Amino acid sequence: MTKDEKSLYTKRSDGRAFDSIREISAKVGVVPNADGSAIFAQGDTIAIASVYGPKTHHPKNQQNPEKGVIRVHYGMLSFSVTERIKPGVSRRSQEINQVTEWALSNVVMLEELPGTVIDVHINILQANAGTRCAGINAAAMALAHAGIPMKEMVSAVAIGKMDKTIVSDVTKEEEDMEEGEGATDIPMAFLSHSEKITLLQLDGRIQVDRFGEALEAGKKACKKIFEIQKKALKEAE
Amino acid sequence: MTEKHGKKELVIPGEIIATGDEFLPGDWTLKQGNDIISSRYGVVEKQDRLIKIIPISGVYIPRSGNTVIGEIKDLTNAGWVIDIGGPYQAFLPLRECPGFVEESEMENIYGIGDLILTQVLNVKRTSVDLTMKMRERGFGKIREGSVIRVNPHRVPRVIGKEGSMVSLIKNASNCMITVGQNGLIWIQGNNIDEQIYAEKAIQFIVENITTEGLTEKAEKWLADNKPKITKEKKE
Repeated sequence: MTKDEKSLYTKRSDGRAFDSIREISAKVGVVPNADGSAIFAQGDTIAIASVYGPKTHHPKNQQNPEKGVIRVHYGMLSFSVTERIKPGVSRRSQEINQVTEWALSNVVMLEELPGTVIDVHINILQANAGTRCAGINAAAMALAHAGIPMKEMVSAVAIGKMDKTIVSDVTKEEEDMEEGEGATDIPMAFLSHSEKITLLQLDGRIQVDRFGEALEAGKKACKKIFEIQKKALKEAE
Repeated sequence: MTEKHGKKELVIPGEIIATGDEFLPGDWTLKQGNDIISSRYGVVEKQDRLIKIIPISGVYIPRSGNTVIGEIKDLTNAGWVIDIGGPYQAFLPLRECPGFVEESEMENIYGIGDLILTQVLNVKRTSVDLTMKMRERGFGKIREGSVIRVNPHRVPRVIGKEGSMVSLIKNASNCMITVGQNGLIWIQGNNIDEQIYAEKAIQFIVENITTEGLTEKAEKWLADNKPKITKEKKE
């Protein structure tokens, strides 16, 4: 399945198969004050999403009279990584806010909620790569839990290429690999039924003719993730 | 609205709930090709040929005619801006108040922070108009008693079929209970013990909403937890 005959990456540090994702635990309703909430843990990476809304969008001049707006606030808690992160916004968190808004806006039926805002707060409790993907997975569950009308669910995973090997659900250790072609990180998100892509980023390099392989690996992994999200929602209360 | 929704499976957005032409898509469903899919997290309900979703979560969606309890947020020269929950702000125009209200008197009638019992008149695209014109319903400022908040989707069960559940609690507690469709419930008792008893009874219903035989369980709870009244009851 992977063109890794000559690849330097033959074994994953945690012993997983190349197409194996980390163990996931997911639950909704973890933040009682929020209109909807969910926790999504993928290996050591843990994200909590809280949704507030739909509510009237203030400041009024940022309201969209045709459809609702999703506002994402992604933040890593200072103790989520080994070296303390200063709390507050950063360029990275602004980027993740934007791509997460785009990813979620594709499924939420915003035309039903003109002039409103839906605030999505994503907090990373613990980070071991794949945080924006864990955040999107948690946020999708939290939005459904909050009763926001959605066309389908969204599931996200970070696919990597370690030298010549395509792997599913990269860890921080894998991200830092430098041998051979090095590590390439490809976070992606798929819609649950139409399988359309709603997030696709590339951090590194990959041959054009291998890109399809990465997408297929992502689609397969996201199918498994969707089953877990569905189960958590159905078993709530 | 069935009593036993807890036995029914919860569906999630994007889930296929019917295929073919047997059913027509109702509330919170989408027709995609040959399939009817859910667009909300909730329970499937079939009514003859109509299939729809009953949401179990989400903010209050106002409907014309709903009785609601709101909080005054602001005063403008045309009326009061009111928070009734839900995605949009609500407005009580001066002319929808019973009697004649002078602009300068507004704050004395209802001030910021006051709670009022009122009715939804009109649901517009991004706002809601309220009215107090039906005087016999007891609309106006809430002065006594307590107001508790429950999930608005639980309200139909708290009221019960033709008011059966809420009547059960009213009779057992001797309290006046007014249920707002937006999830706020006003309880007025003759003494604090009966009032708290009524509040806890409502919480019991809400927590056990998916249980079978809720009416019997409620009757038992009310009997087991009846407070001993030491003060004299008012006539």
